[in-house]
Amino acid sequence: MKRWRWAVGRASGLRVRLLLAFTLLGLTTTAVVASGSYFQARRVILQQAQDAAVVSLTDQLSKVYPLRRLPPTQDELDSMAAILSDRDSSVVLHYHGMRTRGSQLPEPFTPELREVVRGGKVAWQRVSLKGQPVLLIGTQLMIDEPDGTSRPSGLEVYAVHSLIPEKQSIDQLATLAWMTGGLSLGLAVLLALLAAAGVLRPVRELGRAAHRLGQGDLRTRLVVRGTDELADVARTFNNTAQTLERQVGELRRMESDARRFVADVSHELRTPLAAMTAVTDVLDEEADGLPGDAGRAARLVSQETQNLVRLVDDLIEVSRFDSGTARLALDDVDVAAAVTATLRVRGWADQVRAELPPDVMARLDPRRLDVIVANLVGNAFRHGAVPVSLRLHAEPDWFTIEVTDQGPGLEPEVLPHVFERFYKADTARTRSEGSGLGLAVAWENARLHRYAGQPGSLVAGNAPAGGAVFRLRLPRVADPAGDGGVR
Amino acid sequence: MPRVLLIEDHQTVRDGLQLALTRQGHTVDAVATGEQGLVRVHEGASDVVVLDLMLPGIDGFEVCRRIRALGDLPIIMLTARNDDMDVVAGLEAGADDYVVKPVQPRVLEARIRAVLRRTGGETRRAGGAPAGVEQHGALTIDRAALVVGKGGMPVGLAPTELRLLLELSRTPGRVLSRQQLLEAVWEHGYLGDSRLVDACVQRLRAKIEDDSSAPVFVQTVRGFGYRFGPL
Repeated sequence: MKRWRWAVGRASGLRVRLLLAFTLLGLTTTAVVASGSYFQARRVILQQAQDAAVVSLTDQLSKVYPLRRLPPTQDELDSMAAILSDRDSSVVLHYHGMRTRGSQLPEPFTPELREVVRGGKVAWQRVSLKGQPVLLIGTQLMIDEPDGTSRPSGLEVYAVHSLIPEKQSIDQLATLAWMTGGLSLGLAVLLALLAAAGVLRPVRELGRAAHRLGQGDLRTRLVVRGTDELADVARTFNNTAQTLERQVGELRRMESDARRFVADVSHELRTPLAAMTAVTDVLDEEADGLPGDAGRAARLVSQETQNLVRLVDDLIEVSRFDSGTARLALDDVDVAAAVTATLRVRGWADQVRAELPPDVMARLDPRRLDVIVANLVGNAFRHGAVPVSLRLHAEPDWFTIEVTDQGPGLEPEVLPHVFERFYKADTARTRSEGSGLGLAVAWENARLHRYAGQPGSLVAGNAPAGGAVFRLRLPRVADPAGDGGVR
Repeated sequence: MPRVLLIEDHQTVRDGLQLALTRQGHTVDAVATGEQGLVRVHEGASDVVVLDLMLPGIDGFEVCRRIRALGDLPIIMLTARNDDMDVVAGLEAGADDYVVKPVQPRVLEARIRAVLRRTGGETRRAGGAPAGVEQHGALTIDRAALVVGKGGMPVGLAPTELRLLLELSRTPGRVLSRQQLLEAVWEHGYLGDSRLVDACVQRLRAKIEDDSSAPVFVQTVRGFGYRFGPL
């Protein structure tokens, strides 16, 4: 199907169309000119041959004229025929039923022709005799009366004049016409190919350049040749590419500036946060001893400092994904043990129904697996409803972890945005419950693990029985993170 | 009462950490530059160094190398960036452990305690360590005196390196995962950075192996971890 369409596409291509047009033009011109001149020349040649034959016969007749007496004897008739015949024509004479003897000629003369001759007129006709073209001429000898008038003598002369020399000339003419036609046709094809190449080369260059531009090589430019329409197109293309390159460059610069700004801000925030974090324990320990509002304020500052630390950590993580500098620190882990540790460290071990088959070994970044699982389970606790279940399933090259809650599930319009940064499905949700980056970071962490060119994945959906399902799929042996960044 | 030398250029961070560590019962000597820190190290009044990597003047890596050249004073790096390159470079410079700013004082305190336990004063595994001197090829390990020798010559090992060697050589031929080693030597809970182990193994090999690219004592078992021997 594809090949067929390709062939049709080629057949209606510019080159083929040009070639067809030129060939058709060449053919038509050649046919008209060659056939026109051929038929004209043929007509002239035959006319001349005919005139000459008639004149020659009439001249010959004058040799046997005047007749001595009528009716002629059979011998007279034969000798007259012998006199009148020459190399190119043989002559037969009739006189009222009498006929030249010994003539091998058949009788090609039609009754109509003979009728005309009997009427005293010269008649001629071109026929094919045994495959040879011949000219038949018929006339009647006239007798001059003393009063100056003449009357038919009744002696009919019929000549069969061979047209072979003329036929040869005409055949030569035809061959010449064919050859001329063929030559001019070849010339037309050659010209068509040249013209097509001249038009097609810039078109092909344009096509290639447009393809490269589409592939993202924004520095692509065409060499502008000449001043024709194609040169205009090339110039327009170059201007477009230049504008595109400038604007894309500007956008990229702005984007990278914005990303660097986020990274810089996050890093700058770390120093004051480090100082604040160092003393939150002091605040926590002393809060109970502080009177009323002061104690509440101290606890609030301590709590929000910790939230801020988490937000900044996530921001730094995200900015590392954006700049492509995130790297995997691979280690061999028992996935079930790793997940169990993640749950235990956060005090969730008793609240999560975990199905963890043993001996699922994987080579991955354990810290990132911990981040993903902690985010998914934490998210299930915050937005779903207990019980939260977690199921590990191993395949030969990949393993999956499904985290399911018993909550209302995710609205269809929410699903595509779940992994977006700072996306709030529930507008009533408060910032303090999470950084707003948790699922986005989990998603990036999943994709950072690659195997055979395929990234890991994290997808959200709803269980048939209700409740949200997050399905993590990671390779059993992640590729060493050479390329790092996902974007 | 452990004496902590804190080298940190940001004053608020320095004050905050000093406050927190002092409340935990440490004597904290806080300085703002690497130069001042090295002077204090020379005075020999510290049990452990908490070292910020980003310092004006000579940077944390250089300070780390100079302290290591002087002896086996334990070093905990304080890095504002959880930058992989920084961590690896710091570990190569000889740091025993690292924490990422902002750090919870409890976490830093736990790391300090762990690293101090490695310095030999305390014997963690009472009864676990067989007394006497072990001979492993050219290597002599005295578990009681915490001394290692090779071919009759003493080998100077930093506390973490020594602990790692003791841990591995306790069960010759048995493979220990990085995670197991992190828990046993560094006392990290789950999710310690396995690069700590790798960096420490590199340093240990440089000191006890004839050819650290073809190690005999501390061998890598790809996909599993490390093992001592078999010789």
